[in-house]
Parts: sequence; C-alpha cells; structure tokens
Amino acid sequence: MLKLENVTKTFGNHKALKDVSTTFPENKTTVIVGPSGSGKSTLLRSLNFLERPESGHYYFDDLDIDLSKPVSSQTILNIRRHTEMVFQGYNLFPHLSVIKNVMEGPVQVLHQAKSKAHDQAALLLAKVGLAEKADVYPAQLSGGQAQRVAIARSLAMHPEYIFLDEPTSALDPELELEVLKVLLQIAKEKQSMIIVTHNLAFARQVADKIIFVEDGQILFDGSEHDFFATDNKRILDFISAMTFSDLEDD
Amino acid sequence: MWHIIQTSTPQLLEAGFKYTIPIAIVSFIIGLIIALFTALIRLSAKRGAFLVLKAIFRFYVWLFRSTPLLVQLFIVYFGLPYLKIKGIFPNGIQLNPVVAGIITFSLNTGAYCSETIRASILSIPEGQWEAAYSIGMTKSVVLRRIILPQAIRISLPPLANSFISLVKDTSLAASITIVEMFEVSQQIAAQNYQPLIMYSLVAVYYAVFCTVLTWLQGYLEKVTSRYVTTTR
Repeated sequence: MLKLENVTKTFGNHKALKDVSTTFPENKTTVIVGPSGSGKSTLLRSLNFLERPESGHYYFDDLDIDLSKPVSSQTILNIRRHTEMVFQGYNLFPHLSVIKNVMEGPVQVLHQAKSKAHDQAALLLAKVGLAEKADVYPAQLSGGQAQRVAIARSLAMHPEYIFLDEPTSALDPELELEVLKVLLQIAKEKQSMIIVTHNLAFARQVADKIIFVEDGQILFDGSEHDFFATDNKRILDFISAMTFSDLEDD
Repeated sequence: MWHIIQTSTPQLLEAGFKYTIPIAIVSFIIGLIIALFTALIRLSAKRGAFLVLKAIFRFYVWLFRSTPLLVQLFIVYFGLPYLKIKGIFPNGIQLNPVVAGIITFSLNTGAYCSETIRASILSIPEGQWEAAYSIGMTKSVVLRRIILPQAIRISLPPLANSFISLVKDTSLAASITIVEMFEVSQQIAAQNYQPLIMYSLVAVYYAVFCTVLTWLQGYLEKVTSRYVTTTR
C-alpha cells in the first residue's frame, strides 16, 4: 500500500503540491487527471523521489518516511527497486538493443543471470507484441513501439507499482491505442498502477480510482463511477472540455 | 634530394616509433584517466569538504589550459630539480626526460579532455538519468552502464582532436633533450644543411601518423554510432 499524508512541494515560489493526502490501493489502477500544470506529474514523480517533497509523510508497505527529514539514499533505492516509472518521452536507453533495455534492470539491479533475464525479456516483449523487435535499437521503433518496450522494461522488475506519466501524450491516436490495449491487459492482471493521463475515455475503462488535481490540491478522490457521476461544476466542465471528441462509444 | 630522403627516413621513423608514438599513446591514456576522474569530480553534486576537492581540480584545469605547454615542460624538467624540500626532496626532483615529458603531456591533455568529457556527460538528456534511477540503479551504475557509453560517442571527435594535437605537440619534447622525430630532423639538417627538405620531410611523417589516427577515429565513430539512425 502506498499512501501520502499532507505532502507539500514547492518550486521556488510556486506551490506545486499543497497538503496532498491520498492512498493508492494495491492491485488497482489509480488514474490522476487534471489540467496542465496542476501538479499531477509532480505528485506522481514524488512517489519514487524523482521530485523531493519538503514535508508530509510517505508510507510504502511498512515504511514510514517523514519527508521533512533527510531520506537516506538506501531508502530511496529500496523504493525505486519496488516501483517503476514509464515516461511520456519513453526514455529508452538508445545504445542498448530493445531486449537489452528490458534486461538491464534485472541484470544490473537484481543481479539476475543474463540467460534468465534474456528469457524473461523475450516473454515480456512477446506480451507487448514486439517479439520480432528484440534485436533492433530504440531509434528504429515507432513511438507506440518504444512505449510498449518501456512498459516491458518496467514489468521486468516485477514492481509493486508502476507509475505512468502521460504515457500516450506524444502518440497519435492509432499508436496510442496499441499502448492503451497493453495497459488494459496489465490492469486486468491486477498490476498496481498509477497513471497520469489526459485521455478520459481510457481513464473510464481502466481506472478503479480517480484523483482530480487542480492547482496542487486534490479536488476529487474516489471511484471511477463517482467521478463521472459527479455534480461538481468544476469537474463537469473539465470532463466536457476533455471529451469534446467523445471516444467512449466503441 | 631522393638520396637525402632515403638515408634520413630510417632515422626519422626509428625516432617516431621509439619516442613520438609511444609518448603520445602513453600520455593520452594517462591523460584520459585523469580527465575522466577530473570531470566526474567537477560534476559531483556532493557538498562539504568535497567543495575543496572540486576547487583543486578546477584550479588544475585552469592552470594547464592557461599556460603554454612548452613552459610546462621546462618547469617539470628544468625547474623541478631546484624544488628542494628538506626531508622529502633534499636534492630536488630530477626526472628522466621521457618521464618528465609523459607527466607534462598527460596533465596537459587531461585538463583539456576533462572539459570534453564533462560537456559530453552534461549533454546526455536528463531523462536517461531519471529512467535509470527509476529502475533502481545507483549513481555509479547509471554512469557506467547508461551515461558514459552514450557520452563516449559524443566525446569521440573532440577527444580525437586532442590526441592528434598531442602527437604533434610531442615535438616540443625535443626541447627537453628527448631524441624524438623532430629532434632527429634537426640533427640531420645541422649536418647536411638541408633544413627545407628535412623539416618538410618530418612534417610529412607527422601528417602520415595523424592521417592514420583520423582513419581510426572514423572507424571508432562508426562503431560507437551503430545505434543512431540518421538521414545525413
């Protein structure tokens, strides 16, 4: 279980997170939505300490971290070994072939034998539909393929949580669909995920829980059903603005 | 003229293979190690006592880039014998000329190459660090497995520049009594009174050495760029 309590983060004079408290249930998909610059990426990146909040509490399984005190690099390393991040810009390692990208964490971090890591990576690439791309370099992939490799790379670590920061924002709708299908499949397998996205049609399908963030604060924190049934004027406006091309009747 | 070329070539090449090339290669390898170490220290985010170390390395780079290489050679070879410290160096530091040359060339190349390596590490996108950290890598693993392999590709052309410069700069070693290729050409010219032919000839041999290095650079660029697709 991952939980935040009264977390704040400021960049200079800008308060990116104001007293944020929420929980991210296990084996469920939590979707974070909100306007650009609302703090939703900061919230996600705080979860694996790519951003360092300055106060509040961070709970992960039996870890209880007081964010106003120094956090040891060993603790951060430990959290990062149990969570994975998928980025908007993929951030594959360009000098390593696709399969080596997927093997890199298991071999270098978990110290798995190369043959074992290779077999697992091949299975994961097949799972995301890219078995035949194992030996090419990332530069030869489309955006949708690159993001599916990034998802395979995160799965290879058997993380407790996968964080996805606008994973399809850089993709055209067709490539986006490839990636969303993979994510839906993973969600069905009860992988705990936290996804920041602008795609409300996808959020509706995949989310067990939705968090709406605006101006560094959580305005809504509840089930997917309650989010779309809300009578909160601000959220209704947001939903109608985001779904002007309504994708949900498929 | 043909006779002069024929008779002096063996002597020039012998000096080239005995001094010019070995001094250049050894100095460059030591220089690269110094450069990598210097770049990593200067890029470190560590605070406290580490700031003093960073300042020392910044001073080192400044010193060797701001003074002429010839002057550095003179200080190390002719100057250090007069650095008499009671108990440690009662008779000053007397160095064999080749050792003095290699020390000076290594430190000089190290200062320049540290800037090349530092800039190439800084040019790797932040997302590479973030992705590697997110997997759970420690900083040293990120550097070794993710950042440096990519930085090498970027730093290769400027490092090759430094190496080619170094090969030619070894001619300055003539001034500290090393009988390298240029010194030999001077000696022969003093005997046969043909400075134009002798210095042109030695220039050709430097150019040949550097051309081979340029080919080597091209090959290494190809190998290290195999993962990059370009339309150029």
